[in-house]
Amino acid sequence: MIANQPDNLKRPRMARSMTAILGERTIELLIRLCGVSAIVFVFGIFLFVLREGAPLIGKLDWSRVLFSQEWYPTSKGNVRYGVGALIVGTLSVTGLAMLFAVPFGLGAAVFVSEFSTGKVKETLKIVIEMLAAIPSIVWGFIGLTVMNRLIQEYLPAPVGLNLLNGAILLALMSVPIIVSIGEDALKAVPDSYREAAMAMGATRWQAVYRVLFPAARNGLLAAALLGVGRAIGETMAVLMATGHAVNIPRSIFDPIRTLTATIAAELGETAVGSDHYRMLFLIGVLLFSITFVVNLLADLAVRGVRKQ
Amino acid sequence: MVNTEPKISVENLRLSYGHREVLHGLSFSVAQKEILGVIGPAQSGKTSLLRCLNRTIDFVSNAFLSGSVRIDGEDVLRTTDVHTLRRKVGMVSPLPVGLPLSIYDNVAFAPRCAGIKNKDELDARVERCLRQAALWDEVKDRLHTLGTKLSGGQQQRLTIARALSHDPEVLCLDEFSIAIDPVTTMRIEDVLKELKSHMTILLVTNLVQQARRLADRTMFLWNGEIVELDRTEAIFSNQPRDKRTYDYIHGLFG
Amino acid sequence: MSASPFTVTPLVRRNMRRELAARIVLGAMVAAMVLPLLAIIAYLAVKGAPLISLKFLTTNPTHGMREGGIWSALLGTIYLVVIALAVSAPIGVLCAVYLNEYAKDNWLTRIINLAVVNLAGVPSIVHALFGLGAFVLFAGIGRSILAASLTLAIMTLPVIIASTKEALAAVPMSFREACWNVGASRWQTIWSIVLPNSLSGILTGVILQVSRTAGETAPIMFTGAVFFKKIQSGTLFAYSLTDQCMALSMHLYTVTTQVTNAPEPLPYAIALVLLGAVLAVNAASIAVRSCLRSRKKW
Repeated sequence: MIANQPDNLKRPRMARSMTAILGERTIELLIRLCGVSAIVFVFGIFLFVLREGAPLIGKLDWSRVLFSQEWYPTSKGNVRYGVGALIVGTLSVTGLAMLFAVPFGLGAAVFVSEFSTGKVKETLKIVIEMLAAIPSIVWGFIGLTVMNRLIQEYLPAPVGLNLLNGAILLALMSVPIIVSIGEDALKAVPDSYREAAMAMGATRWQAVYRVLFPAARNGLLAAALLGVGRAIGETMAVLMATGHAVNIPRSIFDPIRTLTATIAAELGETAVGSDHYRMLFLIGVLLFSITFVVNLLADLAVRGVRKQ
Repeated sequence: MVNTEPKISVENLRLSYGHREVLHGLSFSVAQKEILGVIGPAQSGKTSLLRCLNRTIDFVSNAFLSGSVRIDGEDVLRTTDVHTLRRKVGMVSPLPVGLPLSIYDNVAFAPRCAGIKNKDELDARVERCLRQAALWDEVKDRLHTLGTKLSGGQQQRLTIARALSHDPEVLCLDEFSIAIDPVTTMRIEDVLKELKSHMTILLVTNLVQQARRLADRTMFLWNGEIVELDRTEAIFSNQPRDKRTYDYIHGLFG
Repeated sequence: MSASPFTVTPLVRRNMRRELAARIVLGAMVAAMVLPLLAIIAYLAVKGAPLISLKFLTTNPTHGMREGGIWSALLGTIYLVVIALAVSAPIGVLCAVYLNEYAKDNWLTRIINLAVVNLAGVPSIVHALFGLGAFVLFAGIGRSILAASLTLAIMTLPVIIASTKEALAAVPMSFREACWNVGASRWQTIWSIVLPNSLSGILTGVILQVSRTAGETAPIMFTGAVFFKKIQSGTLFAYSLTDQCMALSMHLYTVTTQVTNAPEPLPYAIALVLLGAVLAVNAASIAVRSCLRSRKKW
């Protein structure tokens, strides 16, 4: 029995209260503000770091600064701000770390994505998440204690706190990111590619390196780039594990200093507003720019993935 | 006093998605309390036409509209209060959608959004709409269960109940029977016959026989143009004004 | 008389050997990551466990931090994490709501997304410099829990935005369309349907940031964390927002590099507590995720 609805009872009781509408407008304004907040913060970071370092920019001979190895900010008579060795330090420890991390990371990504299933896959993904969660200070501590000892005992190294130590730590720290983004990239390749390859008689491995790698190329590149970004930006682990020598390494057993570690080690001892203080902020600007470019490249690579 | 003004009056409606025009200047009207059937092959613009009526076309980012669509004399393409418009025009989508709320909350959702808070009123409304949608008897003892757990046919009737819950004056159905079984389709067709005395109905359907059963007048829309709009008997006779109508109805294309 | 098509030819045998070799190599690569993780945890546990006790966690350090417990550092970390997330979670969630529910596909949206990605890649020491320049100096807050928490909040913001966006996008579009069709406004749809059904994903993202915030050292080193601070024991309100504080991560750094003649197990115990807390929180988030996934509503 369907109830009848009288015609003339078109009730416009359906009206929202003024307070409800106003409340909604307010929330939506708040949402829009939060939306642009990310832009505000990125600019803010760049501006405030630049602001503290800016007064020093004009006073320096920049070609000297960037390419000189002589970092003597506290010298009594001859203050020199050469960051060349620090840049080489950063690049060398990152480069060596990526030499381990990229193949291992991508290999692990392939294993997790293509050669493991069900419980094994779930477990591996959880383990990788746990690896990613280890704080950098704990890694630094491991480097200072465990790695230090291991390197000195088993390798012909004069000191245990050196380039190799830092590189191993950075590799272990960047691998989870490479694995997770790499796995996403492989997951994004449609199953039809895999099925087509298998239908033609390829083994799983052949399908991976003949079909999947080329197809997921952009995403895998992005994974590697994000790993690089992570390594370049790392502070505490390299601070504690690479020693404190500002020079260009001649072997992987030499101690080095990175840009990040320099800031962390010396900022506490500078007076606010002094030249040394400002120089450290300028190194911060340099770091920001490097990671900005790396992340931009990674984002472009990923964008290429989405377009496929 | 019988109202002889058309309920809906469309004049030269043009719709483009980017550079592609999908509706090429449609002009037609729908009378008060009639069922207008809209038939035509896929991609003819039937769904787009309905979305212009309740302004959900706004959510398509590259849609451009011109012309006018008047409901009760007011041009809805230019109205600023789209929410009240969408409460005036009920919409039933092709795929059944149960919101992840209890059945009660599914039907009470629209009234609550519109500001009705009184529990007794909501209770009465929920029961009335579920009865009208021929769903009440099946769910009256379990109004608290999740709407998403109902069967496809029940979810489509729940969608209809939701569409009725805000007292629409116009009800649009977009190929409502695509995803449900014939028995439920028949039940809903009976519901529509009852509802006709309270509201104007636009029935877009891919089942031409459904238009024949229910519609007072039928419009054959093809490639964004009205091929023919006439009384249903005329459309389905052996001599419709346009040969293409005859061909489509008899399955010669589409 | 040709061989039947299903006999194993030398070519097939070679491919299968290659396949097996590939599996072994890749599996070894995975082991190269997993084993160090297990080894580290085991080593820390063995070396540091002797010192771990409830007393260790709830008493303040004494004698130049060589004896006693880690309560002041633990409390400081709790303050920092709670305040940082109280600031960044609402902003992050609302930003993600904007990006997923309101933003049109135009240049502004693209720039916002780029900004989020870049914010995520800023080195932690640069966050420290920003915190120092903006909160400590420019805003005049001075080195304090507040400044350090705000610095940490900016650091966690991009990840919360990204994970919330993912959670929101997982809600099917058909639900939103059904709501719009009955005259619900965008915000009503978000509040009634989208947010409640993405809560589990949002929560998981926020919980993961708890562990990250607790482990960071660089951003707090110059904005509010100190080597040592004496506080009242036995109360949860021993710090105020304008105080500087100790923190677990900072304490590990201090004891390892600044304290001489510390008993050998001490830094291991601190590292174990920190690592244990971080892994426990992560495990909790995984548990929350799988528990809520089994209660899917559609």
